[in-house]
Amino acid sequence: MPSPFRFLRLATILRLTALMLLLVFLLLPGWFEPLLKPLVQENAPAIYNRGSLFWLTVLHLRTVFVATLAATFVAVSLAILVTREAGAEFLPLSRSLVNIGQTFPPVAVLALAVPIYGFGENPTLIALFLYGLLPIFENALTGLTSLPPAVMEAARGTGMTERQRLLRIELPLALPVILTGIRLSVVISLSTATIGSTVAAKTLGEVIIAGLQSNNLAFVLQGGFIVAVLAVLIHDALQALERSLAGRAHV
Amino acid sequence: MTVGSIREKEGGSLPVDKLGVIVAALAVYGAFLATFVTYRANRIVQGEARTILESLPPSLGYGLVALVSAGAAIALFKTSAAFRMLAASAVLVALSLLIGIAADHLMPADNAYARISPASGFWILFFAFALLAADALTRMSPGPGIRLLFLAGVLAVMSGLLATGRWDGLSILKEYASRADTFWAEAGRHLTLALGSLAAAALVGLPLGILCHRVDGLRDAVLNVLNAIQTIPSIALFGILIGPLGWIAANVPGAMAIGVRGIGVAPAFVALFLYSLLPMVANTVVGLAGVPQAANDAARGIGMTDRQRLFAVEFPLAFPVILAGIRIVLVQNIGLATIAALIGGGGFGVFVFQGIGQTAMDLVLLGAAPTVILAFVVAITLNAVIEITATGRSPGGSP
Repeated sequence: MPSPFRFLRLATILRLTALMLLLVFLLLPGWFEPLLKPLVQENAPAIYNRGSLFWLTVLHLRTVFVATLAATFVAVSLAILVTREAGAEFLPLSRSLVNIGQTFPPVAVLALAVPIYGFGENPTLIALFLYGLLPIFENALTGLTSLPPAVMEAARGTGMTERQRLLRIELPLALPVILTGIRLSVVISLSTATIGSTVAAKTLGEVIIAGLQSNNLAFVLQGGFIVAVLAVLIHDALQALERSLAGRAHV
Repeated sequence: MTVGSIREKEGGSLPVDKLGVIVAALAVYGAFLATFVTYRANRIVQGEARTILESLPPSLGYGLVALVSAGAAIALFKTSAAFRMLAASAVLVALSLLIGIAADHLMPADNAYARISPASGFWILFFAFALLAADALTRMSPGPGIRLLFLAGVLAVMSGLLATGRWDGLSILKEYASRADTFWAEAGRHLTLALGSLAAAALVGLPLGILCHRVDGLRDAVLNVLNAIQTIPSIALFGILIGPLGWIAANVPGAMAIGVRGIGVAPAFVALFLYSLLPMVANTVVGLAGVPQAANDAARGIGMTDRQRLFAVEFPLAFPVILAGIRIVLVQNIGLATIAALIGGGGFGVFVFQGIGQTAMDLVLLGAAPTVILAFVVAITLNAVIEITATGRSPGGSP
């Protein structure tokens, strides 16, 4: 079957091209000025001029990275806790809390963090962290509660302690599922961080919002495309990582 | 259930409930250490803290403290789930009633601009006992009908409090009072966006899902494209759509007349529609793929045409899964419609972003609270309906 492989390669080429274009645009936005010029009025700027696009991208990614790292650590620890005997009492409740929590719109979490943490980076980080917990926790629970019983039996049989079982068997086997949770969380965070610029966080949303406020279509489009390409590329990269890990686990 | 077996194992140890310890600790902190309400002389100045006893007439203040303590004690020890539910509900109803009374009690007669809003203590108490209620409810594992009744009860209490003006002293309702007309207009716009894009997505997504189910090569391509769209952050997609829609409005005759514009409702509607397609198509495909081969064979055996088989066999069997897709879409759309306000699409987001702009957090709440409540109600209702249809259609009980 050559066709799926050809498709895969085409997709890889498309992604690499998108990545190259994105990098060139971020580092040398001036090159694209003629392309965007027709979209703006006579003397309006066609390239975002209130800050470096590259720097905003770095800050955007940093916010998402910090929040996701903290959310992963806390969510996986909690999932380990409620799947041990000592915390088992919390398992049903934590399941329903995750379900309820995910109906909460991310924007609402962001908006409600403002009265508590003020404007700027903090409410965005807190909102990303809190909302990011849910998919990671849910997937870590699924991963840790759906391990094949035969494997667990065998691990007990070889005399492994509970700690050894957790570190060498349970977590490695649950890793691909946990990674899926992290990917879902990152995608939501990239989006919520964009909205974070409405509460004065330094993210790429700034470009889009500035464009909307000054009626500058070029700003709106370049901000939109940078965020969109970034999100799709990061999503695909994480998915590829999951696949390679899942593949290795099966061998 | 695992809960039962765990409880038996721990039967010999102290009858202290682990979650109860957390609830009791939160209750003590919320009632005695945190502030119950915030008093502000006007809408945007810094607030002053008031404890429970400072914000209520003495009899009610001590009454609330006693009730919270009793509730915390009940939570602390292992008791039946129904009893815990009752205790949690009593505290939650009392808190809801008394927060309104506190607002009326603190409101100075000569200052109509004063604002009174629930503070951290109130929210912590509310959260603690909502947690207790959620835990009790999970342990009772009620059927879908009971859950719907319970939801109706909560909504009835809330509407009762709102309709009788018990909460009118609270700052969020002061914000509402000064813009009641716009509130309902934006509510209508919010619902139109969320439901309209769902309807459009169902109209396109169901046939597309059926097509993907029947044509193997199509499925991966369509799902990959829809997946990529779903990944694009909402403001970015709204922004990207402004370009083409603006062009269509300017260049296609008649497009302007039917409401196509570069900014406003049109790009928001199209974006929500595009986001809705993935759950619609994916769940239709999964639902149809889950139809047992035996059911299809039997239908073919009695001479049904492809079309008859689709409507009489495949569709009804796949319905719960498709309904789950509709639930995902609707909850997602209710949240995303908030962001439409940024591109002039209206909805509850108007209040959220206006409030952020004016640093008026009561206004932010006026936009955020209905969005959250709406999403909750839709999720709980549709989950119950999905459960009813799933158990109703397969005799084994499992979907």
